[in-house]
Amino acid sequence: MAIRERLSGNEAVATAMKQINPDVVAAFPITPSTEVPQYFSQFVANGSVDTEFVAVESEHSAMSACVGASAAGARVMTATSANGLALMWEILYIAASSRLPIVMPVINRALSGPINIHNDHSDSMGARDSGWIQLYSEDNQEAYDNIIQAIRIAEHKDVRLPVMVCMDGFIVSHSVENIELLETEKVKEFVGEYDPGLDTLLNPEQPVAMGPLDLPPHYFEHKRQQAEAMKNAKKVILEIAKEFEALTGRKYGLFEEYKMEDAEVAIVVLNSTAGTAKEVVDELREKGVKAGLIKIRVFRPFPVEELRDALKHVKAVAVMDKADSFSAAGGPVFVETRAALYDAETKPVVISYIYGLGGRDVRTNDIMKVYNDLLEIVETGEVKSVYNYLGVRE
Amino acid sequence: MALNLREAVKRPERFTGGHRLCAGCGASVTVRAVLRALKPEDKAVIGAATGCLEVSSFLYPYTAWKDSFIHNAFENAGATISGVEAAYRVLKKKGKIDDTYKFIAFGGDGGTYDIGLQSLSGAMERGHDMVYVCYDNGAYMNTGIQRSSATPKYANTTTSPAGKVVPGKQQFRKDLTEVMAAHHIPYVAQTAPFGNFSDIHQKAEKAIYTEGPAFLNVFTPCPRGWRYDTPKLMEIVKLAIDTCYWPLYEVENGKWRLTYKPKKKLPIEDFLRPQGRFKHLFKPENQHLIEELQKEVDRRWEMLLEKCGE
Repeated sequence: MAIRERLSGNEAVATAMKQINPDVVAAFPITPSTEVPQYFSQFVANGSVDTEFVAVESEHSAMSACVGASAAGARVMTATSANGLALMWEILYIAASSRLPIVMPVINRALSGPINIHNDHSDSMGARDSGWIQLYSEDNQEAYDNIIQAIRIAEHKDVRLPVMVCMDGFIVSHSVENIELLETEKVKEFVGEYDPGLDTLLNPEQPVAMGPLDLPPHYFEHKRQQAEAMKNAKKVILEIAKEFEALTGRKYGLFEEYKMEDAEVAIVVLNSTAGTAKEVVDELREKGVKAGLIKIRVFRPFPVEELRDALKHVKAVAVMDKADSFSAAGGPVFVETRAALYDAETKPVVISYIYGLGGRDVRTNDIMKVYNDLLEIVETGEVKSVYNYLGVRE
Repeated sequence: MALNLREAVKRPERFTGGHRLCAGCGASVTVRAVLRALKPEDKAVIGAATGCLEVSSFLYPYTAWKDSFIHNAFENAGATISGVEAAYRVLKKKGKIDDTYKFIAFGGDGGTYDIGLQSLSGAMERGHDMVYVCYDNGAYMNTGIQRSSATPKYANTTTSPAGKVVPGKQQFRKDLTEVMAAHHIPYVAQTAPFGNFSDIHQKAEKAIYTEGPAFLNVFTPCPRGWRYDTPKLMEIVKLAIDTCYWPLYEVENGKWRLTYKPKKKLPIEDFLRPQGRFKHLFKPENQHLIEELQKEVDRRWEMLLEKCGE
């Protein structure tokens, strides 16, 4: 029987970590993810896990210690947000290229400057090309479920890549919601014993050297292999989601399609805003408007073909980015979604909205405006503006 | 324990020949001398900061390291080995590992005194059972001889060049060994590959087999950066020690001890003269700069003698 609980997002993530009982957690506090290592160190102090908790002196060292521990053959986790993730940036690439299956909750928060502790996606979007798999979560339930699946995805022999599990800072991390937890035994059975294989620093059979100077004769091939692992990840993510569905009844894909079967207008969005948008979709549907929603769960690898298929029959799509990429040409999710549609025979109009930066509230009426803009485009055939900012004082 | 060099060199080398370090470089000598202190039956994981030693010893697909080896980035050898050591502790506790492993990180002065200081300090403060070895060659040698905070005053480097109005580096060097001693960790020592290697051997052995964190600062000449004739490596080391530019001492559980006292303290000039990086100091108009260096060497030496109760 699943366990019904009321937990905040951070508690949910920390609970998943407790049930996974990783070998090493190395972490440094940063708002709003601070509670994760806080809860976890309490588990360590109470003996509810037998993890080595390394309270490092910075996020740079957190990720560096995770690399060392994972290279030594341990199952390793950490957590961070915003500037902490930015400080890890150099080592994110090293973790991925060393093919180390580290799992990290990222509690999304705006990047400085100016300093701001509230939610947007500029942190994880900044790390989108670091070679990490990225899963996004709408609420505490999805964050919990994603963490458990992430362990399996990261450690799969065809993948062996680190995974970040993103959720919105404060909106989810500090909001208490109902959640269904798995029994710890079931989590343990699902994630299994970690088998790091023979390529570990502590392999008694043979010493191993990691992190070489890799010059032009080999570097490119190594990056190509890493890219192949990312390609493999898509299939593995879906296989593991199926197993997870069999265990819990909760279904996960590369993205969630909400009322998309006959949708004429749609929004593409990440994380908790999807919940707000679903309300608007329901309201519009009651009025007979064919509105739909796509909530991307897997942003790396990017589900190009699948998104193309899901969107090709829609007339107008708005991609909402809670991060600007300062390309002067739309947000990061917009750019990739629009590129995915290039090969579709019939393609919708695709427009970009940057919204919610630095924790600016996004309400149902904001999202209603986006759908109304799309409906106007469909009606008039005229696109007034491709690049838009939503909810900002201009 | 006194070193029987004849016996010690019979131990199988854990750092092979065929690495790409320069002829006359002190780093390979330092590494071999430190690793010789490992009991042959003990396994080790070696970490390295980005630098000469790392790029010369592990150029894919070759490695000169017979023990497991990890290079992560420039500034994080301390944190990386912390992670490896934490993994070892937990995997040993869980019964997944039987063998005894020792953990040693090597970094140059750039990766240790400067960019890696935070990661090193954190690792030492947290008490990981590891040894951090700084091979101090007094500049960023791998990137083309730029000044570091370990560079001696008035040395000519590419970012502290001796010119018409500025005679080389403008600051005295940071005393990292003292900074590490202020961490009050079980063992800190300053050493050098010197004479029959007994000083570095004994200190490496203590560092490796003392439980908890230990730090070794090893004087490691660089023929490219210091501009000396490669066969003069050991001569330069001896001059650094006998001029008291690089005193040999240890701080064991807070107790300071001088481990070598020159019979005759030589003038700093003797250490500076064979090195091209100090050539400009020997122009007649720069005599006062050498005097200034002598004063600072004397001052630091007197302070050390006092700490060591000499």
